[in-house]
Amino acid sequence: MLRVDRLAKRFGGYQALAGVDLAVEPGSVHAVIGPNGAGKTTLFNVITGILPPTEGDVSLEGRDITGWRADRVTRAGIARTFQQVRLFRGMSALENVMVGRHARTRSGFGAALIRPPFHERGEEAETRRRARELLELVGLGARAQTSGGDLTLVEQRRLEVARALASDPRLLLLDEPAGGMNPVEVEDLNQLIRKIRETGVTVLLVEHHMRLVMRVSDVVTVLDAGRVIATGSPDIVRRDPRVIAAYLGRDA
Amino acid sequence: MLDSYGESVLVFLGINMVLALSLYLPISAGQLSLGHGGFMAIGAYVTVICTTWLGWPLVAGLAGGGLAAALAGAVVGFPALRIKGIYLIILTMGFGEIVRIFFLNFEPTGGASGIGGIRHLTTLPLVMGVAALMLLCLMRFRGARIGRALRAVQEDEVAAEAMGVNLTRVKVAAFALGALGAGIGGGLYAHQALFIDPGQFGFFRSAEIFLIVVLGGLGTYWGPVVGAAVVTLLPEMLRFVQDWRMTVFGSLLVLCAVLRPAGLLSGRRPAA
Amino acid sequence: MLLQQLVNGLMLGSTYSLIAIGYALIFGVLGLVHLAHGEVFMMGALIGLQIVLWMKAGPVVALVGALLGTAVLGVLIELIAFRPIRARNGPIFAPMVSTIGVGLILQEVATKAFGGEQVGFPHRLEPVTWRLGPVTISSVQLLILGTSLVLMLALHLWVTRTRMGMAMRASAESTLTARLLGISTDRVILVTFAVASALAGAAGVLVGLSFNAISPFMGIDMGVKGLAIMLLGGLGNIYGAMVGGLLLGAIEVLSVAYLASSYRDAFVFGVMILILLFRPQGLFGVGRVDR
Repeated sequence: MLRVDRLAKRFGGYQALAGVDLAVEPGSVHAVIGPNGAGKTTLFNVITGILPPTEGDVSLEGRDITGWRADRVTRAGIARTFQQVRLFRGMSALENVMVGRHARTRSGFGAALIRPPFHERGEEAETRRRARELLELVGLGARAQTSGGDLTLVEQRRLEVARALASDPRLLLLDEPAGGMNPVEVEDLNQLIRKIRETGVTVLLVEHHMRLVMRVSDVVTVLDAGRVIATGSPDIVRRDPRVIAAYLGRDA
Repeated sequence: MLDSYGESVLVFLGINMVLALSLYLPISAGQLSLGHGGFMAIGAYVTVICTTWLGWPLVAGLAGGGLAAALAGAVVGFPALRIKGIYLIILTMGFGEIVRIFFLNFEPTGGASGIGGIRHLTTLPLVMGVAALMLLCLMRFRGARIGRALRAVQEDEVAAEAMGVNLTRVKVAAFALGALGAGIGGGLYAHQALFIDPGQFGFFRSAEIFLIVVLGGLGTYWGPVVGAAVVTLLPEMLRFVQDWRMTVFGSLLVLCAVLRPAGLLSGRRPAA
Repeated sequence: MLLQQLVNGLMLGSTYSLIAIGYALIFGVLGLVHLAHGEVFMMGALIGLQIVLWMKAGPVVALVGALLGTAVLGVLIELIAFRPIRARNGPIFAPMVSTIGVGLILQEVATKAFGGEQVGFPHRLEPVTWRLGPVTISSVQLLILGTSLVLMLALHLWVTRTRMGMAMRASAESTLTARLLGISTDRVILVTFAVASALAGAAGVLVGLSFNAISPFMGIDMGVKGLAIMLLGGLGNIYGAMVGGLLLGAIEVLSVAYLASSYRDAFVFGVMILILLFRPQGLFGVGRVDR
């Protein structure tokens, strides 16, 4: 589904990614973990086109998408949530999700004015319907009209997931979705990710919450200081001495 | 019922509404522009050329002026893409000044003396009709996909782009359409003021239009309407303070900014 | 001839610098553009004029008076037009609205108090001229250039050597950090306004002396130019503003001398646009302009 080859990213003097290889299988849930500063969010930012890579390639289902701009990447089938929630606070939950569908719809300024009965109105109704569906999926059906800014943090994270799913992605990137959640909410998230996988969407997530990672992932990749130090099934990775050393400290 | 002075005030109110509504579009895409006077100038001059030299009817002239301004808007819109916030404000200011200076030196349109003897073609119904039309357009945008995209871009460009919004297309289009409106406003203005010169479209004008939009509040398309009413009618209503009109007006502005910093109509959340 | 023009340009430019520095100081500390700064400059000229007329004093006294008067004015503007909005966390354009209001008030007050016509400084300075090689300088020009340079030097020393000056730089870098370090940012902002406005006031007197044309409307043109210079030199960068002002003065004078004078402004703004397109952070600015 997704291949990342020798990906490197440098910010001035700071090497955030130093040659990362990653392969995500279709239909799987793949987690990326690592200590703080390992480069996980930078990896996401480069894959989704928010930052250009310094070196290396990214390809989606065989197509080279290296350096593509973010909106193009979304149209190609990758959607994401953000570590620091980036909702549109002034818009309602429903509207947020509807914006998520932007990549799959077409009407522009002209259509908004003229509103031809079949094209735009049909599209608009369809967008609204799908948005409501997704809100139900993440458990926010009752909060559809609430402003993004008025939701609780956990609700906001769930809204971001719904918004990302609105573009019908083939690959969903979740950046620390469990941030700020209590154990009950984490379990809900676990179930949600499984549900998403059942619909055929591949999931790549960055997460610190180890229990969740172990429970939900098929494959785990460990990053440290911009490099991959281990990759494999959760059980194998958690026992890998290099991984343990990376988390416990480098002077070991 | 209304004497001709009162009617002319209303016409200027309408023109200010047109100008403010047109600036509202790029500003609601997060592009603070202080150069709208430049687009107005282009529209004014081109419209006058069309009606006076080519003998076209006013509406055709307005179309010509608007189109010329829109083209300029598209051209300015591209460099404006990469620049944000205060820098964009200054870039657009510079653009406005360059337009003014261009017309100052452009002999065929009279240079500093401008063009006089323009026919009085602007009527109150026409101006209000144009303003109403623009308001209608903004309303239609608001509830549609493009309106949501604009608000998304205004709030958080990075997130908007991640949702698949083509920033270039949206921002340049907003800029160009805004310029189109300003051009039409300029044309209407020219055929009401009957005399135009580059000085009328300088920084003061851009600041005035910007002030109107910001004063009214950015949350809703009624903002520019209210703002235009305040800025156009208030100085008239302050006639009784005769000599100190601008002082009172200025003080009211300061008060507004302090008491209602997000605009007069802020604090209203429009529904989906 | 070229040298003479250069000297003239530097003299003109030094007054521009004083105004641009004011913009830069305020932008550095507040992140805002003070849209009434041109009017403060104008008030400086008018205050200086009144002092000369009423107290029959010389230009130096007028300068000092203008410096003090505009400093007070600047502090008032901060207290009335900026601080209350900051306290309420208003959006970026709210202060612009209030400064436009302040500008309007100042203009009308000036028109009422001093009449709408252009006035000149009565000449109390002997129009002595000196020759330095191929260059001729009049005493007025010398006063202007000298005063500007002294003021800029004083500012530099103040900003780098005194506690308050360094507090200002700290606040400009990061208000939060400065506060955490115990700096009273409110006081720093007051001082910044006082200094910025004083410089503008001094520039007002100097320009009034050199062009002999003081009117309530002289602030408009100057205000826009000062803004352009601050942009050229890098927003918030006072040294950039200094150099930018001198540069602009030189460009203006040279372009009048060697190109058609009507295109002078066009040239200036053309340069500005080019810089904005290719180096939007200004000649000396650092940091990114996007994202």
